[in-house]
Amino acid sequence: MSAKMKVGILQFPGTNCEYDTQHAFNDLGCETAILWHKEDSIPEGIDLVVVAGGFSYGDYLRSGAIAKMSPIMKALKKYAKAGGKVLGICNGFQVLTETGLLPGALKRNEGLHFISRHHHLKVVSNDNDFLRHCTQGDVVNIPIAHHDGNYFIDEQGLKQLHANNQILLQYTNEKGEIENPNGSVESIAGICNEAKNVFGLMPHPERAMESLLGSCDGRRMLEGFLNR
Amino acid sequence: MKAIINVFLKNGVLDSQGKAVQHALSGHGFETVRDVRVGKQIIVEMDESDVAVAKEKVAHMCEELLANTVIEEYEIEIQK
Repeated sequence: MSAKMKVGILQFPGTNCEYDTQHAFNDLGCETAILWHKEDSIPEGIDLVVVAGGFSYGDYLRSGAIAKMSPIMKALKKYAKAGGKVLGICNGFQVLTETGLLPGALKRNEGLHFISRHHHLKVVSNDNDFLRHCTQGDVVNIPIAHHDGNYFIDEQGLKQLHANNQILLQYTNEKGEIENPNGSVESIAGICNEAKNVFGLMPHPERAMESLLGSCDGRRMLEGFLNR
Repeated sequence: MKAIINVFLKNGVLDSQGKAVQHALSGHGFETVRDVRVGKQIIVEMDESDVAVAKEKVAHMCEELLANTVIEEYEIEIQK
């Protein structure tokens, strides 16, 4: 049997999904470690770094803005540049766009409300490590919980996302028809970088691991990172 | 020296908060309101004596942290 995959999960003051994320990856048979933001390196042997959800630094100034100044982010940039895999969930997605590891930005939801509910998502691209167990056009049911999930990117950036298959997921109804909860450009819920080693999404796959709790669609998404 | 920094969403980026405030004002009888933009003001006190140097440093702060230039623009006013 191959060695267990090692997942590092970043923790800032105000992060609150790190233990759910840890539970999810432990449940998938991974070794996990919580990495405090004051650390200035990513430990040897980590196969995936997850920037977990929550409200880093109370969302002060802008969601994810202050987190990007933390020592660990310099290390994360280096790790990602060297090809290391990174997944940002919710606030983690915001941190990754603020840092410039992912293009675009996340604005206040168009309707100005905090939205917390299950939402259907359509798989747009699966030629990547994250969604390789999903089929293009698959509809998954994943919880969303955010105030600033309104994805913005300018026209040229959007063209690039299309050209490189960087759009991972779109908000839809259960039939896979666009249903946009927050005003995101093209109803985008998740993207990756051009090199396809940095992933970000607003929905919470780590909260969709048990059918008893409403959905286990997150399992098939996170499993994509395993055994690669 | 004091720097007053105003940060707003760029033109062309929908300002949902501005629109909500605009609707609220119009609904309260302020019929002449044409547009509202909501931004934020950041005041930084600095130990600097040279206005040009202070302005340059604050511009750097804006690019690094205070504004997200993907969606926002900023104006800097230096007060002695």
